[in-house]
Amino acid sequence: METYYHKNSTKTTAKKAFINSLPVMAGYICLCIGFGVLLESNGYSFLWAILMSLTIYAGSMQYVAVDLLSGGATLIATALMTLMVNARHLFYSISMLENYKNMGKLKPLLAATLTDETYSLVCSKELLPEDIDEKKYYLFISLMNQCYWVAGSAIGGLVGAAITFNTTGIEFAMTSLFVLIFVEQWESTKSHIPAILGVVCSLGCLVVFGSGSFLIPSMICITIALLIFRKGAEKND
Amino acid sequence: MTDIQALLMVVIMAGITFILRYLPFAVFPADKKTPAVITYLSNALPCAIMGMLVVYCLKDVTFFSGNHGIPEAICVILVVILHKWKHNSLLSIFVGTVVYMLLVQMVF
Repeated sequence: METYYHKNSTKTTAKKAFINSLPVMAGYICLCIGFGVLLESNGYSFLWAILMSLTIYAGSMQYVAVDLLSGGATLIATALMTLMVNARHLFYSISMLENYKNMGKLKPLLAATLTDETYSLVCSKELLPEDIDEKKYYLFISLMNQCYWVAGSAIGGLVGAAITFNTTGIEFAMTSLFVLIFVEQWESTKSHIPAILGVVCSLGCLVVFGSGSFLIPSMICITIALLIFRKGAEKND
Repeated sequence: MTDIQALLMVVIMAGITFILRYLPFAVFPADKKTPAVITYLSNALPCAIMGMLVVYCLKDVTFFSGNHGIPEAICVILVVILHKWKHNSLLSIFVGTVVYMLLVQMVF
């Protein structure tokens, strides 16, 4: 009976994780085919794409990496660029401290696979389906997402160049994903102050710093603003 | 560039990315009580950062030239309404993306 229950629970959890990860699958495969094609056109085969997707596993960074590799950047420049582009992951991890509190030995693995999209699926408890094993759910989501990512890069490296239909605008899949998660979070939280601060600070920083370098200032502004408006934001929780 | 150099670069990028992702978990271990302000931030940041990511996706929209961001505006509103109505992630993404592709390829 015991084993049957566990089996069933794992299966249900895997199924729900799979269904919830489908939008990420769509987004990732599109995004990563682009990466694979780009890398291939710079003389690095699909094996490089797979290696990078397995080890770096960060979307915008891998696109930047193509530039760095083809331009022959120094190791120090590479390190600095990675720090800048991926600094936001510090903030994702800080905000996952609570949810990943009891993950034990899985923590390094879950941390290593915490991309923007994985984060968007695991960040709020309200988004979790019912009747699931939380620990396994987080693990399945994280691993499934990375599988899509690696598969996408392999496909991109191998056959991406053969795509003939016009894919202009396909990147809007990512925008749609973030917009709908924003809607979900808006509906599931009583205080909308954090959401509003996030948009206002980012827009302000976009105007001041420009589209190329507003992410890090935005994160600093958001953190400071959240601390200033802490009372208001916590009042309704 | 040799393969060894390229490999070193990949190792550096992967290493730094992992450190950025793992550092908070190492600094604030589970058995010690996480400071209240960190707990507050970890509850409030998801909504704020999702707002930031939406802005990030739309960062290259030009309001005063080109298509004036009309396709983006139409499709963001479409996704919001559709999602509030149906709460179906795949449907919202599919419709939003297809309408956007049609708009930028054929209309604007």
